[in-house]
Amino acid sequence: MTVDPSEELTEHIGALRAFAMSLTRNSATADDLVQETLIKAWKNIDSFQPGSNMRAWLFTILRNTFYSLRRKRKREVEDTDGSLSLSLASKPDHDGRLNMRDFMKAFDQLPDTQREALVLVGAQGFSYEEAAETCGVAVGTIKSRVGRARAQLADLLKLKDDEALELTDRVTAGIVSHQSIA
Amino acid sequence: MSNKNRKTPDPEVAEEIDRNLKRAFDEMAQEPLPDRFTNLLEQLRASGGRSDEASNDS
Repeated sequence: MTVDPSEELTEHIGALRAFAMSLTRNSATADDLVQETLIKAWKNIDSFQPGSNMRAWLFTILRNTFYSLRRKRKREVEDTDGSLSLSLASKPDHDGRLNMRDFMKAFDQLPDTQREALVLVGAQGFSYEEAAETCGVAVGTIKSRVGRARAQLADLLKLKDDEALELTDRVTAGIVSHQSIA
Repeated sequence: MSNKNRKTPDPEVAEEIDRNLKRAFDEMAQEPLPDRFTNLLEQLRASGGRSDEASNDS
């Protein structure tokens, strides 16, 4: 019994949008990218090995599309309007030390290659091997990108000591007061 | 390596970073799908495009 591939595709659109956002940092560009990815996936669905990881397969298509579009649009100014952090609820994270918006702002500053590596491994739970395959690089490269991404985030967010606590409180207070004005 | 060597963050810090990223990611992934995507899939399904599989269900 064949499962309609579009049914399974649908399940991954949310994750594709999130991955696209993390690459493009722009919601409009991200959704264009997802659209293109879905069309390509549909056309090439026969090359998908049933039973293998469809999300990884789709992420690979999305990623390749992103880099080829970007090469074409090289002249355009990269529009990173911070929508990655803006798209998220601005409420502070009460169960941790980090404020989500600050966190995503810091994340936005990482190089493309580090963002994608950390998203795949840290957020999506890909193994280093799966992430390496998705990005077309060696496993060691992924490991080092993930390591550098975490180190840089820790740096940016000053996660080395209890400073982060104070910072979060201060920023949270700022956001709350800003919201009540708006 | 020409980069200055950053210290590897504590496992605890790495975990916290991943946890936050996962939360952000899940939050984005769970946003309601814009109509353009459901429409797109319908369109793709309708157009077939896969000659080897006749649409015997509709």
